[in-house]
Amino acid sequence: MPHSTVRPPDHDPHAPSLSVDGLSVRFNGAEALRAVTFRLPAGQRLAVVGPNGAGKTTLFNVLAGAQRPQDGTARIFGHPPGGDTCVAYVPQRSQVDWAFPASAAEVVMMGRIREIGPLRWPGRRDWQVVGAALDQVGLADVSRRPIGELSGGQQQRVFLAQALAQEAELILLDEPFTGLDFPSQEALFVVLDRLRAAGVTELVATHDLNLAAERFDSVMLLNRRLVAFGAPADVLTREHLVQAYGGHVHILPEGGLLVLTDTCCEGDEGEG
Amino acid sequence: MNPWLAWLAEPFSYPFMLRGLAAALTVGVVCPVLGAYVVLRGMAFFGDALAHIILPGVVAAFLLGWPLVSGALIVGVVAALAVGAISRRSKIKEDTAIGVVFAGCFALGIAMLSSRRGYAVDLSHILFGNLLGVSQQDVLLIAGLGLLALLAVLAFYKEFLVLSFDPLLAVTLRLPVQRLQNLMLILLAVVIVVSIQAVGVALVLAMLITPAAAASLLTRRLPIMMLVGAAIGALSAVIGLYFSYYTNLASGPAIVLTATAAFVLAFLFSRQRRTRA
Repeated sequence: MPHSTVRPPDHDPHAPSLSVDGLSVRFNGAEALRAVTFRLPAGQRLAVVGPNGAGKTTLFNVLAGAQRPQDGTARIFGHPPGGDTCVAYVPQRSQVDWAFPASAAEVVMMGRIREIGPLRWPGRRDWQVVGAALDQVGLADVSRRPIGELSGGQQQRVFLAQALAQEAELILLDEPFTGLDFPSQEALFVVLDRLRAAGVTELVATHDLNLAAERFDSVMLLNRRLVAFGAPADVLTREHLVQAYGGHVHILPEGGLLVLTDTCCEGDEGEG
Repeated sequence: MNPWLAWLAEPFSYPFMLRGLAAALTVGVVCPVLGAYVVLRGMAFFGDALAHIILPGVVAAFLLGWPLVSGALIVGVVAALAVGAISRRSKIKEDTAIGVVFAGCFALGIAMLSSRRGYAVDLSHILFGNLLGVSQQDVLLIAGLGLLALLAVLAFYKEFLVLSFDPLLAVTLRLPVQRLQNLMLILLAVVIVVSIQAVGVALVLAMLITPAAAASLLTRRLPIMMLVGAAIGALSAVIGLYFSYYTNLASGPAIVLTATAAFVLAFLFSRQRRTRA
């Protein structure tokens, strides 16, 4: 990826993209995250899995710099959150005002306004970057459409294009697959694959354990504390899932099939 | 002269009507531009509250014989920042906190005014505007502040856009979120102050949101929404003034009623367009 953005002096491209140590967050005394520690090399796709209220959104907010932890540190390429613009947050679709009067291209341009700088308007080069970003996510032909008129999958990809225009190196995606049909999901993975190939680290909060098992380099199982972290096969074991989901896991007698009754509900993730 | 032209020209042969027109046009253009953000961010209650909170400042300026704008501006800016801080830090819900401050300030303003003789006339001017009583000095102040607000919106257009659409993006882009937020509240106070003489404390909200809301029904692009809103606001000002002149209605309400009619038309038009599509 091109890096015209001025990075802070402690932005170290060789450091782990993410290095989190003893991270704890409390809201009015209630624990949202307890002593979470993990390291993630650059260019990996990590599924963040856990029941509702497990702290997934809180973790993302800390990494985005919108929430201060009470304890512990998070380092992104060696610097704390808020030191750089290399983190992009793709919000849950239910959190976005899709009636907002903006076109796809205008939403993507929003990712560049720091780069453009104060008191200046987007120039021809900025629109070229926006056009290229939309092209990369396969939305060049709908760039002028109002965002409310796009399909769910296209809306997710608009935000990925915004992250591209921002030249993000770490992308946080909050439940991007919720409500998407299979083809839209696949189209999203095509883009995510391409980004990963370019060295971008992707953190994806998801409720879909099948996707987590099959389409991710590593999985984090979270329930306020870190239950397990590592390769999907090592993390998504019966023992770990029972630890993370507790009474929501039911094991069918035949074949030891696991059934999860904790289902994702849009907007249910509001922790405190 | 053509009787139609004479009909159109007659009201503005009076200097006070011309000054009123200048003030109304400024308000009609400036309010919807900032009002677009108010509509998109769901800040209508905040805007209305701010208009009422400003009342003690307006009354103080009035009693001291200062330009009304000066007192209102000081109180408005302080109140905008205070209410913003209260709603951020307090455990009370935001609308409750705003409501308490809003009603308290409004009562204070009326109490200050009630000690005077001729209180009813003064009160009605402050509540519903006294467009035909604006002085040359007022017009200059209104135009100057209005222009300043427009320039500020132009200068911070893209930052305000991100703040309105996706505050979390503003955070990840390391924008000075708090300062931008305060700037927007100050601009809101300025625009409300500018409008108070035209349409009064009670009807400022209408100029802030009605033309912008009508425009939001007609377009799905923010810059066009601002332009269409400004056009609706300006037209409402002119048509409302004629209306007021020839039917002897109060000018502030006449302008607001015209804007409301524009909103109803936009609403019907957008519904019809949607059912046809």
